[in-house]
Amino acid sequence: MPGLGTLYGLGGATTHLMDLQHADLIVIQGSNFAENHPVGFRFALMAKERGATIVHVDPRFTRTSALADLYIPIRSGTDIAFTGGLINYVLSNDAWFKEYVLAYTSAALLVDPEFRDTEELDGMFSGYDPVSHTYDPKTWSYEVDESSPPAGGEGGASVHEGGKRPKSDPTLQHPRCVINVLKRHYARYTPEAVERITGAPQESFLKLARLLIANSGRDRTAVYAYAMGWAQHTVGVQNIRAAATLQALLGNTGRPGGGIMALRGHASIQGSTDIATLYDSFPGYLKVPTVEKNETTFAAWTKNHTMRSGRWAEYPAFAVSLLKAWYGEHARADNDWNFARLPLNTGDHSDLPMFFAMKDGEVEGLVLYGQNPAVGGQNAALQRGAMERLKWLVVRDIFETESASFWKREDSNPEDIGTEIFFLPVSGVAEKAGTFTNTMRLLQFHEKAVEPPGEARSDLGFTYELGKRLRALYADSTNPLDRPLLDLTWDYESDDPHERERGEADVEKVMREINGFRVEGGEHVRDSHDLRDDGSTACGAWIYCGMFPEPGRNLTRRRTADPAQPAAPGWGWSWPDNVRTLYNRASADPDGNPWSERKRLIWWDDASGAWQGNDVPNFPLHTAPSYRAPADARGDAAIDGDAPFVMLEYGRSEIFGVNGTADGPMPTHYEPRESPVGNALYPNVQYNPVLKEWRRRDNPYHAIGDPKYPYVVTTYRLTEHHASGVMSRQLPWLAELQPAAFCELSPELAVEKEIRNGDWVTIETARGEIEARALVTGRMQPFRLGAGRFVHQIGIPYHFGYKGEVRGDSANDLPPLVADPNVTIHEGKAFTGNIRRGRRSPFSSRTLELEVVPQTEQTPFGSPERPGPMPGPGAEGGMVEHEIVPPAEVMEAARIVHARAEARAAEEEEGTDEHA
Amino acid sequence: MPEESRQLDLSTLLGRVGNAIRERVGALPNVLSARSKRLRPRIAGATATPGVCPYCAVGCGTTVYSKGNQILGIEGNPASPINGGTLCPKGAATFQLHVNPNRWTTVKYRAPFAKAWSDVPYAWAMERIAQRIKDTRDRTFREHDEHGNRVNRTTAIASLGGATLDNEENYLIGKLFRNIGTPFIENQARI
Ligand code: SF4
Repeated sequence: MPGLGTLYGLGGATTHLMDLQHADLIVIQGSNFAENHPVGFRFALMAKERGATIVHVDPRFTRTSALADLYIPIRSGTDIAFTGGLINYVLSNDAWFKEYVLAYTSAALLVDPEFRDTEELDGMFSGYDPVSHTYDPKTWSYEVDESSPPAGGEGGASVHEGGKRPKSDPTLQHPRCVINVLKRHYARYTPEAVERITGAPQESFLKLARLLIANSGRDRTAVYAYAMGWAQHTVGVQNIRAAATLQALLGNTGRPGGGIMALRGHASIQGSTDIATLYDSFPGYLKVPTVEKNETTFAAWTKNHTMRSGRWAEYPAFAVSLLKAWYGEHARADNDWNFARLPLNTGDHSDLPMFFAMKDGEVEGLVLYGQNPAVGGQNAALQRGAMERLKWLVVRDIFETESASFWKREDSNPEDIGTEIFFLPVSGVAEKAGTFTNTMRLLQFHEKAVEPPGEARSDLGFTYELGKRLRALYADSTNPLDRPLLDLTWDYESDDPHERERGEADVEKVMREINGFRVEGGEHVRDSHDLRDDGSTACGAWIYCGMFPEPGRNLTRRRTADPAQPAAPGWGWSWPDNVRTLYNRASADPDGNPWSERKRLIWWDDASGAWQGNDVPNFPLHTAPSYRAPADARGDAAIDGDAPFVMLEYGRSEIFGVNGTADGPMPTHYEPRESPVGNALYPNVQYNPVLKEWRRRDNPYHAIGDPKYPYVVTTYRLTEHHASGVMSRQLPWLAELQPAAFCELSPELAVEKEIRNGDWVTIETARGEIEARALVTGRMQPFRLGAGRFVHQIGIPYHFGYKGEVRGDSANDLPPLVADPNVTIHEGKAFTGNIRRGRRSPFSSRTLELEVVPQTEQTPFGSPERPGPMPGPGAEGGMVEHEIVPPAEVMEAARIVHARAEARAAEEEEGTDEHA
Repeated sequence: MPEESRQLDLSTLLGRVGNAIRERVGALPNVLSARSKRLRPRIAGATATPGVCPYCAVGCGTTVYSKGNQILGIEGNPASPINGGTLCPKGAATFQLHVNPNRWTTVKYRAPFAKAWSDVPYAWAMERIAQRIKDTRDRTFREHDEHGNRVNRTTAIASLGGATLDNEENYLIGKLFRNIGTPFIENQARI
């Protein structure tokens, strides 16, 4: 989650679910909290019972809206315009939390004189390279104070040139103060502009703006909760940054009832980011070395990521400890800890480029661990087509998935498909032991209750055994390139003979390695301060240091909850160091006293010379508020006593992005890649100018305002189903609750297209078409973008596929592959399409799947053929005009539609009779 | 004793007693038939094992009730500070995720161009998978890329992890596949 990482320092929710009950205002945007995180939502309702206000900002009226005090509709993909409007309102009304902002954010720092804002460059920031379609972020930095002594001692990546201190103007008079740069940047985001772009009624927008101001400050706090509705956009990271900026200005982060609650989708999503199975990240957010940054030696790699202050000053210790954990005695100081054996990245190897590489025949073999891209992947037809080209495929799942059986779907001929496929059944969660990290960074251990049936095994056991077999196959190799496999420490043998016989590994042996231990003696490390860069410690993921501090004391297994402590510090273990509210130093004022009695969390205690309170301090325990770090200090000693954001270089939240977002230092509204309207804010830059796209025949994009695809389409999840449906559509209990694929549309659109509730409809894009039942509901409403201009939106749950107790077309056949430039997340939440009454034609997505794109037409990201920033059709252009039936007449019109449909049916019947 | 209570008349007193009983519905034993008296809960005497819901990221605590190797039920764990014993429809269906006739419990193999699955022995499949990985790796492994950069890798093998992997599983997957040498290690977390 770089959205939070770049502003605050760590990619995790800043708060915890239970803390929501302490909020005075809960803004839920980009999330259908009540339906997708149902049990977590109870803490929002507890807050409401105590008098808090809940506001839901979303394209669809859902159960979350029903339980909110205020629902504000906005068009999918316009969240930055909305949040930017709030930032503008807070700044222009001087309603920001002055003491907090001055002390804890970068507001007073001076921006580089060379920096140019979108206001000056017509929608672009300085540094754009039209050949590579990327930004050089050199000017997105601070003006350094040449007179300041260079900080940091040896080494040290610094976002500030030469490690010198940035200039600042605490009086905030200088026009290049970050806060003044922000003011100018967001000046365009007036309430009128917000309404015109997002379709949110001005009165509702203003109501929320006033609520935010009234519920922030010393005595009150507001919290934001978001989920995939913010992430799955070509501006996904900036959506989150926008809210983080607003929360910093309002002084809500690091405080009880405040912050940003990132609602991760599934049981282990946070864990899979922490202990990353992501191409660019090693466990603990260490970066995978890449040729792009010349990280070809251990020294070059670690230098790039070692910060002067805070925990990242210990990057070399974390990196050496990881390589010691992997390679044991083969990682030595004299061979650079075996670094030269590591595979290096050369670009973006994430999920989407991976599927293109598969489609183009580069990837021969794929191992799917409980993943179902045939349904869950975007432009799913392309992904199925890609899988057909695999030589071999391993599928590990509980049930037969669409991805395991893509070769026998209705529109394929197995005799044409040469993929060798292995299906290996897996253990359910109750049939194996291990930990999940939930949405609030909390690790909880689930014990093994029973044996898995038949040949089902845990993914742990499978991976362990596969490793053993591979190492045996390579045992005699003398090829140095095979060394990494042979050098691995790979002994997780279970002490239980029964488990050993079944090939299962000992999960606590793996946990011990993740937690870390001393190489000599083998004692577990107690926290990340114990790690060393001299090879004396091994540790698989430094952020999880301390979860298993000694043999027999696995803190993730703790299950003590004291009702007097809602944060439940005795239940499981949260990273880092069992901290529940990140950056909680900010819950006290610069002098170390709580901002108010009502909102106290931790505070400085002079008598004991330490921080104390109701949470583990996320701050050096004995650093007094008055402490000022000497210029040559490093690590924790370089953190000032009033700098709560300990993972960032100066400990202040970076409301001007100097930490490496690819698409600008401040969130800016751009339209989604596919949109029915032009960018009303910056008419000459239609969409994120550095988004990642793949212009290929098998991934066509719609033109802006294309009359063939006039509606916004968004995909989403249901309470009763899970992801691609493997873990829900095969369960009769759940299948019965949501038995059919459907789409939601407004009565207005239904009237326009003569669709009745319950009709079969076909939704269509250039990528494919799917059929579903129409759910015509007033919960969907057209967005009014100024007089006479409306945009319709269609919503489709994406859980369905061609296997399971309930089946249906996959909504993911519709969206294109296009991605955010920071994290390559796709844009499933906002694309365009069309809808018509009736069922689809058979085998409609066939062409895309089978077509092999010739080499000459494969244009990977960054290819020069791509035009520069895409100008939009202008503020008023590109808009498909819709005639909107006034609400009072919608019902009448619906009746007419109904009557016509009946007449049609009757005619057809007559026709059949005659024929007979 | 306070003045007022001495002046209570009988009907007030009875009224209070009645209220007290009504407020404690359940405090008095219900009328039970002889058969009902003999009934025991399905989970009586079962082993209770603490678990975690595998669906969404709220992380509700569960209790898995089992006898021998049979799961009898999976319920919300009342002690959990997150869910206090409650579960949503998905979490409440965790039992059926495990005890489900649709589940595949044998290793299936589909040969190239075959029209059907066939059952194969576990060890055979494991060895064959290892061999296919080795074969692909050995043919496609490159020490340097086309620009002469040392990359030590193969781009012909990919691993895509799901939404319900344990941390320890992710750790081993990352450790193994990085060292097989593929950069294509991805997860639902991005998707
Ligand atoms: S029971 Fe529901 S809310 Fe709780 S973790 Fe499971 S899916 Fe999420």
